[in-house]
Amino acid sequence: MEFALISLLNGVTYGLLLFMLSSGLTLIFSMMSVLNFAHASFYMLGAYFAYQISGAASFWAALLLAPLLVGVLGALVERFGIRKAHRFGHVAELLFTFGLSFLAIEVVQLVWGKAAVDYRVPSTLQGTLFTLYSTSYPIYKAFMIAVSVFMLAGLYSFLTYTRIGLIIQAALSRPDMVQALGHDVPRIFTLVFAGGTALAGLAGVIGGNALVTEPGMADAVGPIVFVVVVVGGLGSLTGAFVASLLIGILQTFMVGMNYSFVDFAREIGLDIHSAPLLARLSLTQFAPVMPYLLMVAILIFRPRGLMGARET
Amino acid sequence: MLEVKDLHAFYGKSHVLQGVSLSVGRGEIVALLGRNGAGRSTTVKAIMGLVSAQGSVRFKNEEILGLKAHEVARKGIGYVPEDRAIFPDLTVRQNLVLGIKDPRKRGRWSVEEVFSLFPLLAERAETAGGVLSGGEQQMLTLCRTMMGDPDLVLIDEPTEGLAPKAVEQVGEFLTAVKKRGISALLVEQKLSISLQISERLYLMGHGKIVFQGTPGDLRANEGVRKEWLEV
Repeated sequence: MEFALISLLNGVTYGLLLFMLSSGLTLIFSMMSVLNFAHASFYMLGAYFAYQISGAASFWAALLLAPLLVGVLGALVERFGIRKAHRFGHVAELLFTFGLSFLAIEVVQLVWGKAAVDYRVPSTLQGTLFTLYSTSYPIYKAFMIAVSVFMLAGLYSFLTYTRIGLIIQAALSRPDMVQALGHDVPRIFTLVFAGGTALAGLAGVIGGNALVTEPGMADAVGPIVFVVVVVGGLGSLTGAFVASLLIGILQTFMVGMNYSFVDFAREIGLDIHSAPLLARLSLTQFAPVMPYLLMVAILIFRPRGLMGARET
Repeated sequence: MLEVKDLHAFYGKSHVLQGVSLSVGRGEIVALLGRNGAGRSTTVKAIMGLVSAQGSVRFKNEEILGLKAHEVARKGIGYVPEDRAIFPDLTVRQNLVLGIKDPRKRGRWSVEEVFSLFPLLAERAETAGGVLSGGEQQMLTLCRTMMGDPDLVLIDEPTEGLAPKAVEQVGEFLTAVKKRGISALLVEQKLSISLQISERLYLMGHGKIVFQGTPGDLRANEGVRKEWLEV
């Protein structure tokens, strides 16, 4: 019971962090058809900017300023990079974002070095919120959940109740028609790209100190974010939300379960002597592979994802 | 109001518009007729800035060729595409609201007025656009364009694939447009509605204007109809 509750809370925290990253990526993809390989780089930059601002001012200033800075950077990348590459087709766009992700890592290494930086959870958010049986639940994880839920509610309200949100929703299906109605779609593209990258930056601010802030952090999370978008369904925010929580919770549970299929078989009374290596691997060992297996299964059995409307 | 001169457009190596010239006066409804592939849709897309073209398109004495579609729309031209292009996940009301270019300015059409003119849309105000019938979607698209308060509206095949009752409604709608003094360039394949509503018409074939005149002129010219319209 203790394991289940704590794993569930940890899984939800991780899942919401994944959603913060994948929501921006799926919005950018569905509206602009740009598969932004550099998306996780904005997450990394968010963490580094937050580290820098926290040192100069405070974590709270970083929480506000770092996503804004990342968003501005995102807008500049869209306006002066992606929009120009777009004229040469999707392959050029893809290569541009691919190159940008390497550039971001090199710049980060030049400025902050190759080792992890000392970006810490602020002292006001350190400590235990409650103890469940024998496991303590940190305040900071509850804070991460609160920020994520706040962001989720904000994003939902923005897209549902504001005029610009409706224009964005409409442009998800027919950007050409939205433009023909007199709305400046290229400007909305910039806004969406800035918003999406700012969300990735926010994830970096709250995730960088909970996990680790190092040049490899974008590579660690980038592929999983793509998995979330594919599993949820390309272009579906609800799908991204469901897939984020699913992968977050499943992976957290698996990490904590040191059982193999052979162990399970023994539990139910089957004694397997010559099981293949795969069956002897524990769920903990399987955990890192699980999101990719899920993606392959989804691509085979339901290519449009859990809630996606389009297959390509 | 609209003056198109020597318009050329290409799809790859295909020369799809080969020097199209036409005009639409203030408050006038003009039909652009022709068979499939004649270049009618490309002509309105080129005017709207959705297809790149060479030549001249003047609207209210101002050159608009080369402007982006949203800039053309903001000059006062509305566009109703052939495939209706409603926003399927948004409600009927939200679709209509998105037609408004500037919510601070009151135009000639309001959501409530559209609902009173077309009660069927009012009944479905909170329904997602994607679940409407073909006829309802067409009315929604027409009304959504009008919410942008255009002075000229380009309407591409509004009766395509519609049931007779829905075609009748489109006819009523176009009459309402005419009454308000809004100009329209109506792309159609069907003769009946075009001959009833339009004051002048152009006939296209192979990317060129092959005939122009009044509906009466076309009725009287069986040879032209047979050569360029009948299948």
